Amino acid sequence: MIAETGLAALWLAAGLAAYQFLLMILALRSSVGVARPMRAVAVIQGVLTLAAFAMLLLVFARSDMSVALVFENSNSAKPFIYKVAGAWGNHEGSMLMWVTILAIAGAFVALFSRRTGERTLVAALGSQAILALGFYAFLLIASNPFARLFPAPPDGQGLNPLLQDPGLAFHPPTLYLGYVGLSVAFSFAVGALLTGEVDARLARAMRPWVLGAWILLTLGITAGSYWAYYELGWGGYWFWDPVENASLMPWLAATALLHSINVLAARGALKAWTMMLAVIAFSMSMVGTFLVRSGILTSVHAFAIDPERGTFLLVLLAIYVGAAFILFAFRGANLKEGAPFELVSRESGLVVNNLLLSVILGIVFVGTLYPLFVEALSGEKLSVGAPYFNAVAGPLALLVALLVGIGPLLSWRRERRPVLGLLKVPALLGASALVMSIIAAPSIGILPRAGFAVAAFLLAASIMPLIARNPLRAPLATWGMVVAHFGIAIALAGMAANAAFSSERLAIAKPGEILSVGPWQVQLGGVTPTAGKNWTAIEAELRASRGEGIVTLTPETRYYSDPPTQTNESAIRTFWNGQLYTVIGNQDSSGAWQLRLWWKPFVTLIWAGGALIAIGGALALIGRLLLSLRGRRREPEWRRRYA
Amino acid sequence: MSRGLRLIPIILLLFVLSGLAWRLIKPADTAVPSQMVERPVPQFMLAAALADKPGLAAADLATGQPHLLNIFASWCVPCASEGKVLQELRRHGVTVDGIAVRDTPDALSAFLARNGDPYARIGADRQSDVQIALGSSGVPETFVVDGRGVIRRQYIGPLSNSNVPGVLQELEQLR
Repeated sequence: MIAETGLAALWLAAGLAAYQFLLMILALRSSVGVARPMRAVAVIQGVLTLAAFAMLLLVFARSDMSVALVFENSNSAKPFIYKVAGAWGNHEGSMLMWVTILAIAGAFVALFSRRTGERTLVAALGSQAILALGFYAFLLIASNPFARLFPAPPDGQGLNPLLQDPGLAFHPPTLYLGYVGLSVAFSFAVGALLTGEVDARLARAMRPWVLGAWILLTLGITAGSYWAYYELGWGGYWFWDPVENASLMPWLAATALLHSINVLAARGALKAWTMMLAVIAFSMSMVGTFLVRSGILTSVHAFAIDPERGTFLLVLLAIYVGAAFILFAFRGANLKEGAPFELVSRESGLVVNNLLLSVILGIVFVGTLYPLFVEALSGEKLSVGAPYFNAVAGPLALLVALLVGIGPLLSWRRERRPVLGLLKVPALLGASALVMSIIAAPSIGILPRAGFAVAAFLLAASIMPLIARNPLRAPLATWGMVVAHFGIAIALAGMAANAAFSSERLAIAKPGEILSVGPWQVQLGGVTPTAGKNWTAIEAELRASRGEGIVTLTPETRYYSDPPTQTNESAIRTFWNGQLYTVIGNQDSSGAWQLRLWWKPFVTLIWAGGALIAIGGALALIGRLLLSLRGRRREPEWRRRYA
Repeated sequence: MSRGLRLIPIILLLFVLSGLAWRLIKPADTAVPSQMVERPVPQFMLAAALADKPGLAAADLATGQPHLLNIFASWCVPCASEGKVLQELRRHGVTVDGIAVRDTPDALSAFLARNGDPYARIGADRQSDVQIALGSSGVPETFVVDGRGVIRRQYIGPLSNSNVPGVLQELEQLR
């Protein structure tokens, strides 16, 4: 009964979404006030979808093998947390989670959004409803998560062991929340284009959603990067894999949007551009979902290839993005731009930021899809990998990081403050980092060297906006910006250190043998079999020392039975100045073992920086929400003029 | 903004969508075109890997009948799961010859006892020399060799049940 209840809730929600969309059309064609019923319908729709998702969690928690999805993706021997997480570790469940978040986001807009004009709100809720309707149709027609099996099999087939990891419980939901949070920005943009009310009020209504989605995307990407680092056993933190790129592209668009929306909110400028970015950010989320779910690009994440589902998602993508682009072509071009600004000003700094981020987005987009187009047009097969992305996007990213240190010091409209004076100390730091790197490490590459210099510059420059004024009186949003920009410097330093100073050792060793990697001497103690709840493993004991006591690491190779899979569980030990990373491979015919050892100086800074960026976003979000709770500030005179 | 400029996003979108649709209709082919395809198998002669089974030489592949040449090893986990597929092919009358890479007789016979033995001949390639000469970068890989000893196709990674009809059809055409 549980599964049927979930299915019924989903059908009802789909009906309400259709009704909600019709209400919008009615409201736009006449002057009937539909805001109140619209809000109610959106809330009920969200509750129903949440109920459907709860039913799915319930059948997974109870290991109800008569539900096909549970049978295919779960197993009664699994630990409880992975039973529940298994609900979204598969196609149908993850799409249900996607639409649940979409509907709940719609409900929240309906409940709390008071900033925009009523017509724009109605149009935005209508847009959110038609988005949800497409995904309801997708679930109900092409991927029913509640389909039954008869007779019920005795036990399930299990979950891909790579996904059997605490990271799985949080990584996909976090990214989905981020993706779908951008749907609200999309709907607001579509709504405002329909009514023509693109103004500062709209920007301030969109901003918390963009900020929230951006924080979650940042967290999701950072966590996913760490997951790939320790779980895949390849020792890298970013592989430019198509699915990684699929999460990076919405993040780049959201980052650009986050900055341009501030221009719109503060100055009423960059109207058309901001609307375009809002459309693109969610489009990139949909492209990402499509790439992952259709499995058309080869990747460690490509789960299952199913042309029917791929086609359905592609049609949805074409309808939504196409409709938004057409709307933009007819309405966006007629928007009257707001307050003018001079060449050297905060606005133009943000315009440059937006341009650079958009170019990087373009580079990643082209690199990800290039192999597909080359094969379509010439039949030739090729792949685009890290060398392209690092060489093309790397220098631009460094340029962005450099400008991040300067932009926040500029004033709105025209430059009045003595920016160059404030930048003396950071510039000195950057130059000395450059000189030191040339003296201390003459042989490292140019990108890591530039990375060190820019990181040192930005470490100091990012906190200047606080030093230039009384830090305690600075708004929380300014603190958030400073923390996020400081996080960029930290992450950049970690990336540069990792690129310049990592040492890797791949060796065949017999028990007792000693290998050296970086400053470490590592001895292979012994290799012993071991077992867990649903796997068996061999476990190596490694004793590592760099002259100050011995640390023991135990990397494993695990063999799972359902489905039969082998995974490498790396053993990682973190020190203040880096990580020792060890992986054990197979045994060769002479009884020796393959070992991979890495010494990665300061690699943890990468994720610490990512976390700081997200924390900065959270501070800014809290600051904005507190401000709006305290009530509206007086509208400045120019804003009334250009609104 | 001029009319033409407004339509640029839509045109780009159409371009991207048509590319994605093309890939959906025509899924990527996992068989990698090898430089060795359409060339004769390089000359080699490998000693028997097991006492009770003959070794393998290039001449054993040019017998007038097509062969499958499987590069494998007892220490390779995907090879174990591939065993069933190769046996299925053998049941359909396919001759499967093996090259065991960096293996020992004991480990190999235990592996074959556990996962089944589809091989007519197994050559022992202790230093991967023949594997490298064949242009194979790992285990398992499978070559389709025609009756004249010419390589017609190379599969990288384990064959799965979904490959069986295709391989059978290919061998049928070579007969």
